[in-house]
Amino acid sequence: MLNDTFNTIDAALGNLTDLPRIGLALLLVILAAGISRWQRADLERDLAVAAARAFVQLIAIGYLLEVIFNQDNPLWTTALLAVMIGIAARTAGRRGRQTPAASRVALLSIGIGSVLTLAVLIVAGVFDYTPQAIIPIGGMIIGNAMTVAAQVMDRMAVDLHDQRALIESRLALGATSRQASHQQFRRALRNAMIPHIDTTKTTGLIKLPGAMTGMILAGASPLAAVQLQLIVMYMLVGAVTFTGLIAAYLTYRAFFTGAHQLKALAPSSGAAA
Amino acid sequence: MAALEVRHLSLVRGDYEVLHDISLTVEPGETLGIIGPSGSGKSSLLRCLNRLEEPAPGTVFLYGEDITTLPVVALRRRVGMVFQQPAMFPGTVADNITYGPSLRGEALAPERVKALLDMVLLGPELAGRPAAELSGGQAQRVAIARALANEPDVLLLDEPTSSLDPIATRTVEETLAALRERLGLTLVWVSHAVEQARRVADRVLLLDGGRVVALDRAERLLDPQTGDERALAFAQGDSNGLHHEATNRARPGRPAVSAEET
Repeated sequence: MLNDTFNTIDAALGNLTDLPRIGLALLLVILAAGISRWQRADLERDLAVAAARAFVQLIAIGYLLEVIFNQDNPLWTTALLAVMIGIAARTAGRRGRQTPAASRVALLSIGIGSVLTLAVLIVAGVFDYTPQAIIPIGGMIIGNAMTVAAQVMDRMAVDLHDQRALIESRLALGATSRQASHQQFRRALRNAMIPHIDTTKTTGLIKLPGAMTGMILAGASPLAAVQLQLIVMYMLVGAVTFTGLIAAYLTYRAFFTGAHQLKALAPSSGAAA
Repeated sequence: MAALEVRHLSLVRGDYEVLHDISLTVEPGETLGIIGPSGSGKSSLLRCLNRLEEPAPGTVFLYGEDITTLPVVALRRRVGMVFQQPAMFPGTVADNITYGPSLRGEALAPERVKALLDMVLLGPELAGRPAAELSGGQAQRVAIARALANEPDVLLLDEPTSSLDPIATRTVEETLAALRERLGLTLVWVSHAVEQARRVADRVLLLDGGRVVALDRAERLLDPQTGDERALAFAQGDSNGLHHEATNRARPGRPAVSAEET
């Protein structure tokens, strides 16, 4: 039993055949640290921590994915997606913590937005529910959903706070909270979606997107790579829109009482949880 | 029946008591002035009257009806409010004035918009002007016209002139006086200036530390000889006699008022 484990680890370490190349790439980080020291940018420590963390985190996730891919059990895939959504929600909830009940808003918007997007892709038959497809695709969707949820929450909190006089003037004239915050809702949603739309518009002209770069590096033909990239871009537009819409709706709901009263910002010192 | 009645209203925010056991009535057509140091709860009291803040059930009544039992949107149409800073909505002056009725799908006729502008002493040519281009005094009068478009029973005024220069202040006061005359409007007017309260109000409420210190007819409360000494002290810019201030110095000829008494 114990021997088996050792054998597995041996085999696994044997799989890290690219360590010499990683070491050579690390030279660039060492060079950066040298420049930081020379220019007194005082970033050597941060660089070391970042490089070390990236190494440990990625190697660990690599092994975890190896295990999950070998299991080929949809439950494992689903569990990993759930963990990713949880971490994304925590991160977004902390960034948007001026919103009342920020954690709940983040979890619901990222969770529903991501699952909905994945469900559309799977039901339409674009991807099968295999770990090889769903985990990287899910990661991209959840990562983008996280950014959008945080942006929407943050922007709406700031706008609802800064434009309190305008919103309360509308409420005082008999507007419902939805009517009174319509502009802020729209602006937060646009603000979060526009960068994605712009990226989609200029894709390929300025830089080659990540998924495509990876595929080409791994030896796929450029045409195969662009076709997958198109799927990825369209799916991210969907994920960002669903998540942004849900986040904007839940944030607006969190800021108003049932009697159409605008609440104050959540104290920023308060815990996100 | 009183237009507004407040019965034992208290308001707690966090662990801080903003208002403590406030009771008052405002008769139809009356103007009640509310004065007091900043932080005394004037605005909070006003905001409880149209439920921008939530009063406890059974503490605020509009013509005998508990306001927490009324649909809040309908309540706010009947109890209009004008704020310290006139926040103009994007668009023209007419867009601003028609906003309230438009919320319930009513289009306000151009003649009605002109009549409302006339009520606040503004010319009809202003209707098509971008609201963002108005002066402070004009914007505040448009804010009043905007509130009047809902045909409210009561108008709440939260320091409506404190951001205006003396001339604009005077025109806003004249506008509101004309409206009282013409429409018999009931006003609750929070003012930062005691002199203003003396000019515009029938009765004046002095609020301090969230409590009613004094409530009386304006001329009686603020009479230089026989008026309420705490109100007079406040009028002279001396709030030492008020609960609000920690220290309270005795002045010649007038006994110190201890914090506990107020």
